[in-house]
Amino acid sequence: MKGGKSSPILEMRGVDIGALRDRSTVILKNVNWTVAGGDFWVVGGVQGSGKTDLMMTAGGLIPPVSGSCQLLGESMPIFEEGRLAARLKIGLVFDGGQLLNHLTVAENIALPIRYHHNLSPADAKAEVQRMLEMTGLAPWADNTPGAIGRNWQQRVGLARALMLRPEILLVDNPLGGLDLRHRSWWLNFLGELSAGHDWFGGQPLTLVVTGDDLRPWRNRAKQIALLKERQFVELGSWEQLEKMNDASVVELMTFGTPTG
Amino acid sequence: MQKGNASTIESPQVRLGLRLLPRSLTTYLGRKLFRFLLAIQGLGAFTLITLGVMLTKFTTARRLIHPLVVQQTSRSGLRLLPMFLFLALALGLVIIGQTVSWATRFGAINYLGTVMVIVVVRELGPMIAALLVLSRVGAANVIELGTARAMGEVEALEALGIDPIHYLVVPRVVGMAIGLFSLTVYLILGALCSGYLWAFLQDVPLRPGDYFRQLAESLSGLDFALLGLKTLLFGFIISIVTCYHGLAQPLRLEEVSFQTVRAIAQSVIACVLLDALFIVIYLTVS
Repeated sequence: MKGGKSSPILEMRGVDIGALRDRSTVILKNVNWTVAGGDFWVVGGVQGSGKTDLMMTAGGLIPPVSGSCQLLGESMPIFEEGRLAARLKIGLVFDGGQLLNHLTVAENIALPIRYHHNLSPADAKAEVQRMLEMTGLAPWADNTPGAIGRNWQQRVGLARALMLRPEILLVDNPLGGLDLRHRSWWLNFLGELSAGHDWFGGQPLTLVVTGDDLRPWRNRAKQIALLKERQFVELGSWEQLEKMNDASVVELMTFGTPTG
Repeated sequence: MQKGNASTIESPQVRLGLRLLPRSLTTYLGRKLFRFLLAIQGLGAFTLITLGVMLTKFTTARRLIHPLVVQQTSRSGLRLLPMFLFLALALGLVIIGQTVSWATRFGAINYLGTVMVIVVVRELGPMIAALLVLSRVGAANVIELGTARAMGEVEALEALGIDPIHYLVVPRVVGMAIGLFSLTVYLILGALCSGYLWAFLQDVPLRPGDYFRQLAESLSGLDFALLGLKTLLFGFIISIVTCYHGLAQPLRLEEVSFQTVRAIAQSVIACVLLDALFIVIYLTVS
């Protein structure tokens, strides 16, 4: 059973977040954030506001500069072998996929289950094939990442993160640089995951996505937060967001809209 | 006199020399020493971590990792075999060609086998094999791992709960140690055989039985033990140094070439030092 609505999956208390490349630079200060089971968060912010750094910290890749970050009650980051099971309950999809370039698409997707479940390629084949078909990647299965477009690479990153059936999925800028067809696919697929997908036995998946254009997420994401002026600002509703006159909010809500 | 001094100082050659010289010799030497100690510390820590992972995760994900070890062994061993066989032929020719021309002058042709054992088995064979594997596979290690690091692949592995040392380093270390050991054995066997071939072609009055008896008499158990240990350690050191420079620190793409050069230089120095240590051990024990 996935976490119920009331059970917190991810909790940050007084967290200062350092930049990925230079941890001495605090990019977000005093983040207080609770992600409960079944939530669908969208975190908006302009480029350089710290979206990726927030995802890396929430995903346990970089320790917070200060404060406490917990995943299902376990202190993050988790690198110890003994707490690995807790670590695998969080999935992270990088902006651009960050695939292993020496492996094919199918091998990239198979990698997490082959490693953690000690499977041979033949043992993993059925699961991988199911994921390839579910994400529309079957035609690219034998290609290396360099041979497919960026639109598809991001999708391979999603497929790879879903293989271990995490309880919470963090997706960094999933719509960045995608064409309309792929954007539509992502919005629908993430919506299905949030509502309850067959891959998770119909259980809703807790989701956090980031973006520099919030409009596509209207009526899809249930919770909204903004990153502005090194602060994590939690908002109640889309109506509340639209009433804000803040320049950065206006930018996030009118991104790409022709003016004049 | 003063004028002469001034003109000497102002000459382009001297100005160039002064520019190249460090402003303060002690600062320069101190910085070099500090960097050297930092490199030793980093390499030492990386070695211990790798050994720890090799021991504690020997059975973890063996259906994924063990095929990677086989793949890396093939890469550092089998695939280099044609080049090594050619090299063995050339090595036999060079040593026998030179030895025969000099040994016949002193009537020392009966020492042909002994010379081959001393030169090929104890010294040149392992060192040449190590340097070739370093240039063909070690350099590729730094470039591959450095690029993977710069492209964020290491973070991707960590996000998936996969230990990058276990997945990327352990197969390379084990594969290179086994591959280098095997290649050295083939190189030595090839050089010893080709040595006799060249001696035969130069009409040296030495029967195959006599030549191989000389070889057998010159070889001792210690030679086999030290050869095995030395080649395994060469492989281990080269793979550790090259993996360390590719993986152990955050890299940008433009830094990969610099790290590759640095890794190769450090590997060569480490191999030479290890070789010197083995000479001392050999001389002490024998």
